[in-house]
Amino acid sequence: MLARLALAVAASILVAAPAFAQSFDDPKEFQHQRDLLKMTPEGPAGKPWEQHLGGGMVDTGKYKKAGPYKVCFSNAGVGNPWRVVGWTTMQAEVDLEKADIAKFTSADAEGKDDKQISDIKDMVASGNCDILVVSPNTTAALTPAVEEACKKIPVITFDRGTNSNCPVTHILPIGGYAFGIVGAEFIAAHVSKGGKVIALRILPGVDVLETRWAAAKHIFEEKGIKVLGGEHNGDFTDGDRAKTKSIVADYLAKNGQLDGVWMDAGATATAAIEAFEDAGMKYPVINGEDQQDFLQAWKKDKLTAIAPTYPTYQWRTAIIAAVKVLKGEAVPGPIWELPDPAITQDNLDKYVSDKLPPLHYAMCGCEGMPGYPERWGVKK
Amino acid sequence: MTAIGSAARFAPVRLLGRIHPSYAALLVLLIAIAFLTPNFLSPLGVMAFLRRGASLAIVSVGQLFVLSMGGFDLSVGSLITLAVMGSALMINNDPALTWHAIALVYLMGIGSGLFLGLVVSYLKVPSIIASLGALLSIKGVALAWSGGSPQGYLPDNFRQFGRVTYHDVPIIQVLPMSVVVLAVFVAICAWLFHGTTFGRLALIVGDNPRAADLAGVRVRLVRIVGFLVSAVSAVTAGILLGGFAGPAQDVGDGFELQAIAANVLGGTQLLGGRGSVAGVVAGSLTLTALFTVLNLIGLPKPLRDAVQGGILIAAVAYSVRRQGWEK
Repeated sequence: MLARLALAVAASILVAAPAFAQSFDDPKEFQHQRDLLKMTPEGPAGKPWEQHLGGGMVDTGKYKKAGPYKVCFSNAGVGNPWRVVGWTTMQAEVDLEKADIAKFTSADAEGKDDKQISDIKDMVASGNCDILVVSPNTTAALTPAVEEACKKIPVITFDRGTNSNCPVTHILPIGGYAFGIVGAEFIAAHVSKGGKVIALRILPGVDVLETRWAAAKHIFEEKGIKVLGGEHNGDFTDGDRAKTKSIVADYLAKNGQLDGVWMDAGATATAAIEAFEDAGMKYPVINGEDQQDFLQAWKKDKLTAIAPTYPTYQWRTAIIAAVKVLKGEAVPGPIWELPDPAITQDNLDKYVSDKLPPLHYAMCGCEGMPGYPERWGVKK
Repeated sequence: MTAIGSAARFAPVRLLGRIHPSYAALLVLLIAIAFLTPNFLSPLGVMAFLRRGASLAIVSVGQLFVLSMGGFDLSVGSLITLAVMGSALMINNDPALTWHAIALVYLMGIGSGLFLGLVVSYLKVPSIIASLGALLSIKGVALAWSGGSPQGYLPDNFRQFGRVTYHDVPIIQVLPMSVVVLAVFVAICAWLFHGTTFGRLALIVGDNPRAADLAGVRVRLVRIVGFLVSAVSAVTAGILLGGFAGPAQDVGDGFELQAIAANVLGGTQLLGGRGSVAGVVAGSLTLTALFTVLNLIGLPKPLRDAVQGGILIAAVAYSVRRQGWEK
C-alpha cells in the first residue's frame, strides 16, 4: 500500500516537473541587450549614474512640489556585500542632496516579502513621504503593494522590478544577458577553438543569474567553444568559496590545464583562481565582477580578465531621480536603462585599490562622494 | 539469540562483516576516483585528497567523543562558521593579529563546549536539543557580528594552515600543512580515546550512564570534557577551512550531519558505548571520497544531492545492521 502510494507520488512529480521548469532564454531580449551594449549613452560625460541608453523621457510636471522634500525608501535588504555597498552609496547621495532632501526615511525588509509589503503600507500611510523609492525583494509579491502606493504618491523602483508600469520610472542597468555576453565574448576571444572552458554558477532558477548563463551559452555556441559540464548547464557553487575551489580543483585533476573560466557572479572568482595557483597551473582567461579582491588578484597576478558589472551606482540614481521627479524635471522612463560599463585591462587601474575592503564593488560611482573612502569600510 | 546461532545463520555475512564496511567502501570509491582522474594515484593527488578531507575528519573525530558517551553535538557546523568569520573580522587583514585571533576563537570554542557540557550535565537538557539550540545561537552570533555577509580578510599567515603545501619532502614529495594538522590532531585524540582512563570512562558512560554513576565515575565531568573536545575540533576544522578558501558565511553548514554520518559509517554506535578513532577517520574519508566521485561524474546538482542522501541512508543502514550481527 505504502509502496504503491510512494510510486504514485513519484510518478506525478516526474510528470509535473517539466511544467514547473521555467525558460529564461528569451532570444529577443538577448538581442535587445546586445544592441544596448553597443549604444552610446546620453547624459553627462563621466557620470554614468546620470546617463541613460535610448528610451524616452517621462514628463513629471504633475508631481512638482515646493522643496525641501521628504524621501522614503523601502529596501529589500542588505543581505549581501553588493547591497551593503549600494546602500552606503545611496546614503551618501542623500547627504549630497541635503539642500533638497529635508528628511530621508528608510525601512529594511531583511529579505522578507511580507515585511516589505507592510513597510510600504506604513510609509504611505504615515504621510511623511513625498515620494517612495522601492528596491523590491521579489517581483511578483511586491507588485500589488507598489501599485497601491502609486495611487497615493509617485514611486520609483530600481534593481529588481515589479510587474506594474505604475512607477514613474524603473531604473536598472542593462541586465542579465549583457553581463553574460561581456564575460563570454571576452573568454571566447582569448581562448582558441577547442579550448577547455568551464562555467561556474551560483544556483539555478534565479532569473538574473539564469539570463547571464543563457547569454553566455549563446555566445559560446556561436564561437564554437565547448563548455565542460555545459551539457548539464555548468557547475553550481552555491556562491561558496570552498565548493568553488574544490570544483575547479577536480576539473584540473581530471582534465589538466583549463583555458577559460566563465562565472555568473564574481564573489568566488578569487577562490577559482587559487585552485589554479595551488595546482601549479597557468591562470585561465577569466571573468569576475567588480569586487576589489578580484581586481587586486587581476592586477597582482597579471591575469587575462574582464569584469562585467552590475553597477551599485544605480542606488545613487534612484535618489537623483526622486529629487528630479519632485522638482518636475523630466526623467528617462518608463524604464531608465543605465549604462553597464565593464572593467577591462585598460581601465583596471582606475578601479583597483588596495585600501578598499575585498568585497567592495568598485563600480559604485562613489569616489567623489562625502566620506569616501572611510564610509565604504576603509579604516582611517 | 546465542552467539553460535547467529554465527551459523549468518556465516557468509559474518565473514564479510569482519572487514569494516567503511574500509571496503573507501577502497571502492578510491578506485573510482583513480579511474576518473589520471593523476590521483600520485603523491600530489593523494595529498590533495587528504587535505580536502582533513576538516571533516577532524570534526568527526571530535564528534566521536560526544557520540560515544551517548550524546550528540549539532553545534559544530555553526562553530566552524564562527571561527572563520570571527577570525576574519578580528584580524581584518593585519597579519600581526593572526595569533591573537586564533587564541580567541579557541577560547570561544572552549566557552561554547563548556557551556553545552554544563547545560547537558546539570540542567539535564538532552544534548540533541541543547546543541541544536547552540547551532542556532552561534550561527546567529556569527551573522550578527559580520552583518550578515562575509567581511574582513584572512592574511596569508592565517591561511597557511589550510593552503600551504611543503614541497621536496622525502618519499611523499609533497605535504600540505593541513595534513600535518590532521595527523597531530588525530594522534592526540587516539591517545585520549584509546590510551587514557578518560577514553574508557567515556565508553562506560555511553554504555550505561547509571551504572557508571553508581560505580563512582564522575559522569558530568566526563561529559563536559567530551563536549570540549568536540568544540576544539570544530574550531580547528574552521581554521583549516578558512585557510583553504577564505572567509564565507556558510562555510560550516551541514558539517554536524556529515560528522555524525562519518561516525556511523566508521562504526561508532549512536547512543554510545562503542567507537574507534581509526574507524571514524576511515568513515570521514569515505564521505569525502563519495562527494568527490559525485562531483567528478558531473551529475547535475539536484540529482547529486539526491544520490548523496540515498547512499548515506543505505550506508548507515548497513552499518547499523552490521553492529546488530556482531552483538
